[in-house]
Amino acid sequence: MKVLVAVKRAIDPNVKVRVKADGSDVDLNGVKMALNPFCEIAVEEAIRLKERGVASEVVVVSVGNSAAQEQLRTALALGADRALLVETNAVLEPLNVAKYLSKVIDSEKPQLILFGKQAIDQENNQTGQMVAQLIGSGQATFASAISYADDQWVVEREVDCGSQIVALSVPAVVTCDLRLNEPRYASLPNIMKAKKKPLEVIAADELGASVKNHARLVGVAPPPVRKVGIKVGSVSELVDKLKNVSGVI
Amino acid sequence: MRTLVIAEHAAGQLTAGTRSAITAAMEIGAETDLLVVGGADASAVAEQAALTQWVHRILLAQGAAFEKTLAENVQPLITALVAEGYTHVLVDANSMGRNVLPRVAASLDVGMLSDVIKVVSADTFQRPIYAGNAIATVQSLDPVKLLTIRASAFGQASSHQERCDVVVIDSGYSATNVRFVSEHLTVSERPELSSARVVVSGGRGMQNKGNFALIEGVADKLGGAVGASRAAVDSGFAPNDLQVGQTGKIVAPDLYIAVGISGAIQHLAGMSGSKVIVAINHDAEAPIAQVADYMLVADLFEALPALEKAL
Repeated sequence: MKVLVAVKRAIDPNVKVRVKADGSDVDLNGVKMALNPFCEIAVEEAIRLKERGVASEVVVVSVGNSAAQEQLRTALALGADRALLVETNAVLEPLNVAKYLSKVIDSEKPQLILFGKQAIDQENNQTGQMVAQLIGSGQATFASAISYADDQWVVEREVDCGSQIVALSVPAVVTCDLRLNEPRYASLPNIMKAKKKPLEVIAADELGASVKNHARLVGVAPPPVRKVGIKVGSVSELVDKLKNVSGVI
Repeated sequence: MRTLVIAEHAAGQLTAGTRSAITAAMEIGAETDLLVVGGADASAVAEQAALTQWVHRILLAQGAAFEKTLAENVQPLITALVAEGYTHVLVDANSMGRNVLPRVAASLDVGMLSDVIKVVSADTFQRPIYAGNAIATVQSLDPVKLLTIRASAFGQASSHQERCDVVVIDSGYSATNVRFVSEHLTVSERPELSSARVVVSGGRGMQNKGNFALIEGVADKLGGAVGASRAAVDSGFAPNDLQVGQTGKIVAPDLYIAVGISGAIQHLAGMSGSKVIVAINHDAEAPIAQVADYMLVADLFEALPALEKAL
C-alpha cells in the first residue's frame, strides 16, 4: 500500500515569532524553519506503517516555495522513499493547498493520506479535512492510533471529552495528533542517503487546480501584554491576594 | 445577511462553547438560526435551545446518522442549508467544529477562518496565529463566511427569551466511507475545562499520576476544573482531554493556577487570556513567571496541601 504524507515547512517550534514594525505580517526574515511538528509525527507514522509491513511506499509531498525542499529532504532522511514539491510562491491558503494535493492524489492514488492535524504557524487545522471532502473520502482527525484490518483503516481519535474509534474505507485521510508517536531523529548516514532519493518539483500552475484568494490579511499585531506580576512569599499571602486584591475566590 | 450557528450538546444541554458562538453571531448582527444535530436526545436539546437569547429559529436535524456527528454525515446537511441563503456559518472551535467545518468549506469552494477571537465587522475577524504570539486581522473575500469561534473569547448567550420556533429539517444522510466503532468518554463531576471559572493545572513538576490528587484537591475546594500541560499528559499523569495549550483546550478562566508548569509558549497559548494567573513553581526563573500575576516559589508538595487547607 502507498501512503502519501503531506508536510509543511513552518517556523521552528522553539522560536518565538515577532510582528513586523509596520504591522503588515510576522517577521520570518532569518528565522529558523523546520518541518511542522505535527507533520513530523505524520511522517513517522508512515515510516512505522512501512516497517510493520502495512505500507510498501511512503511518498512525502509539500506545497510551497523552493525552500520547502529542505523539509522534504528531512522527511526523506527520516525514511520516506521519495518526495514531491508543488512549487508556488503564493500565500498558502488551506483550500488552495487542498486542491493542489487533490491533484497529486489523483495521479499518485495512495491508499492512505496522512497530515499533521495543524501547522503551528497559521493554526488553521483545515487542509486534511478539505482534501478528504475534495476526494470524497472518509476522515479521522486528531489520530492517536492507526491500524489496518479487513480492508479498513481503524483510527482512534482524540476528541473533547475522551476518545473515539472510527473505521474508514480506502483511501482515507488521517490527521495526526501529538500522542500518535514520538518521531525519531534522522541518523547521519540516512541524511546522506536522503540526498540521493528522488525529489520531483512540479509547478503548481501545471496541476490545473482552480485556485483563488479567499481571504485578505489586513494586518498583524502583537498580543496584549499582561501587566507584570508580583512574587508572593507564602500560601497565606497568595490566598489573601486572591481574596482581597483580585477578588477571584 | 443570515447566520447559521451549528450547536453542540452534551448530556442534553447546549455546550458553553455553543452559547459563545451564538454571542459571536449576535456581534455579526444578522438574524441567527441555530442548527441542532443529533440522535434521540436532539429534540429535547432543541426545546431547551429555543429559549436562548439572540436565536431566531431552531433547525432540528434528528436521526441515527447524526448521533456521533460524523463530519461525513453532517457536512451534506450544512452545505444544503447554506444554499438556502446563509451568509455566515459559525461553530465552536472544538473537536466537532474543527472536524466538520473544513469539509463544508471545500464543498462550497470557500475558505474558512479558524479560532476567531473578535468580530471586527461582518467580513473581517481577528484570530491568533503562531501560538498566540501574533493576532491576525483577516477579511474574508467569500460570499459565505465560515468561522470556528474560540469560545473563551466570547461571553455566553443566556436562556431567557420566549420560546422561538423549532423547525424539523432532515433525518440524516449516512456516508459509506466511514463507520463509528466505539468511544471512550471521560466522566467527571468537575466543571468542563473550557468553560470553568477556575482551572488548576499540573505539569511535569507533579512527578507522577498519583500526585495529581493534590491538584484535584485544590480544584475541588475552588469548584474548578483540572488541567494539565502537554508534558504531564505525555508522561501519563493526566488524560489527553485535560491538556491546556496551543493544541489542546484553550481556556480563559477568572483564575488559572499553574502548578509545576514551566510555561512553554505552546502552554501559554492556551491560558494567557485568563483573568488572574497564579504560578506555583520551585524555579523562580520559569517562563510561566512572565505571565503570572502571582508567583509563589515553593515546593509543590508542601504548597498544595497548605493551599487546599487555606481555601
